Amino acid sequence: MQFSLGPVLYFWPKAQILQFYREVADSDVDIVYLGETVCSKRRELKYADYFALGQMLREAGKQVCLSSMTLYEAPNELRELRKYVDNGEFLVEANDVGAISMLQEQCLPFVAGAAINCYNQHTLRRLISMGMTRWVMPVELSGQWLSDVLSQSLVTDIRDCFTTEVFSFGHLPLAWSGRCFTARSENRSKDQCELCCINYPQGREVKSQDGTQVFVLNGIQTQSGYRYNLINQLPAMQNLADIVRLSPQQTGTFDWLAKFKANLDGSAPQQLNATDSNGFWLQLAGMACG
Amino acid sequence: MELLCPAGSMPALKAAIEHGADAVYIGLKDDTNARHFAGLNFDEARLKDAARYAHQHGKKLHVAINTFAHPDNYQRWQQAVDVAANAGADVLILADIAVLAYAAERYPKLERHLSVQASATNAAAINFYRQFDISRVVLPRVLSMQQVRALARSCDIDLEVFAFGSLCIMAEGRCYLSSYMTGQSPNTAGACSPAAFVNWQDNDGTLESRLNGILIDRFAPNETAGYPTLCKGRFTVGDDTYHALEEPTSLNTLDLLPQLYAEGISSLKIEGRQRSPAYVAQITKVWRAAIDAVKSAPDHFNVQPKWQQVLAGLAEGSQTTLGAYHRKWK
Repeated sequence: MQFSLGPVLYFWPKAQILQFYREVADSDVDIVYLGETVCSKRRELKYADYFALGQMLREAGKQVCLSSMTLYEAPNELRELRKYVDNGEFLVEANDVGAISMLQEQCLPFVAGAAINCYNQHTLRRLISMGMTRWVMPVELSGQWLSDVLSQSLVTDIRDCFTTEVFSFGHLPLAWSGRCFTARSENRSKDQCELCCINYPQGREVKSQDGTQVFVLNGIQTQSGYRYNLINQLPAMQNLADIVRLSPQQTGTFDWLAKFKANLDGSAPQQLNATDSNGFWLQLAGMACG
Repeated sequence: MELLCPAGSMPALKAAIEHGADAVYIGLKDDTNARHFAGLNFDEARLKDAARYAHQHGKKLHVAINTFAHPDNYQRWQQAVDVAANAGADVLILADIAVLAYAAERYPKLERHLSVQASATNAAAINFYRQFDISRVVLPRVLSMQQVRALARSCDIDLEVFAFGSLCIMAEGRCYLSSYMTGQSPNTAGACSPAAFVNWQDNDGTLESRLNGILIDRFAPNETAGYPTLCKGRFTVGDDTYHALEEPTSLNTLDLLPQLYAEGISSLKIEGRQRSPAYVAQITKVWRAAIDAVKSAPDHFNVQPKWQQVLAGLAEGSQTTLGAYHRKWK
């Protein structure tokens, strides 16, 4: 089982991002995803900066993958996507089928990210024939669902053509909108957002009127209020997930990576706190903790 | 420009056709479609009746099979395609890559439209789905009019847009908020914020709505209480309690009709398969009149106050919005 760090989902200042990836280079994570996946207005790092970071991380021994955005709405955003597709060196994670379309045209392999709607063996097989080499299943699916897909004969005979990856730690990306909710929370329109996401390096917490943490606002993305945490499911994931993804948090990411690695065989389980959840994996409501 | 109306029952379908729909879209009585509600939709026999009735009146029947097939009973989605094809449906509205591929191979002559649940918001995504020989794309409700215009001018394919009804503010087909709270989502179960998880409680005049135990909203005695769709609740961010994601409101694009017409949008879709036949009749009547008016004199189109009056009366929270079509909404 390998470990990956997903793309940074929040809008951090450039210095913070560079510092984070210096630490990534020194860590023992296997795979690193780089890129802005949420909002095209976030330009602290440009494509060339991510590309340079990718080269630095590759030299540090990491397998690097460039993550593309999830919601493409405008032609200029597609031109930026084209740069990712044409990068010439790194594998690309497609989070929209538009990216798959471009990658497929060039016969390039790709990772199908969690926002690609692959729910069954027939779709999985089609994606593999299009060039998919790694499948990150949708975040709302369970371990049982993953097992059901992987055990179908349509899949077992091509199981060596792809790897599976499961989003296992961090606030879950649950929805994307035309509207920017962080700007709305500051009473601004999206056009006049003044890039206010940069003031919320962990997103903005949304609570119910009786105090339950329901969501986290991250620009146009809505995340789970609770932190998803599958650390205690790792032993059960052994035969299902080839790669375990941790989503970078503002603090503590590398401590958690160490804790995850220590519990691969179940020998170092962690007590989850009240704002952790694992419901999706266990076939419960996502925010539940089983 | 086609007027495409919703029907969750035969009476609703008849109401739509009698009041001027060019086509009606329906779903089967199971979780193969995104309005899988108790007491709604069509079994195989009713589907045949629906097709017959539509064809007798020279109208088209679209069948939505737009959830994502499950691994352990994939056949149900294939069967849904077979049932719709054999019943005489004119169009299938599909979202799952596997189901699109099956329909394209098995029934190549049966028209396929890309469901809004497939979440195609850009030209590259539309290009991706062309491999399944689709003839139309239903656009998600996250795009601005400017973005719709850009797609209409750059993509050589029919486009359908939502004209009126409940407003999904998230990119459809990629929203897992409902399963996060309840375990059931539009993609997997064909329902958002399912009624089985709704609970109402009156606390000394203050009405609380909950979804699977989570407080979605509180209503003072003088407020109208709306259904607890989870993205339309009042939550607290920082020191403010407000509709953090969206107000309870309906999409209404009457003001944009001349622009949509000018861009050659093929079809206007009315949301609401879960609505009553009376609702469908009233909505259809207004939109029929509006489309006829814009077609006969596109440069002199005026929104009639009585149309807006009827639509406001039928809207969620009696409010309407242009939604994402209008940049300021974003």
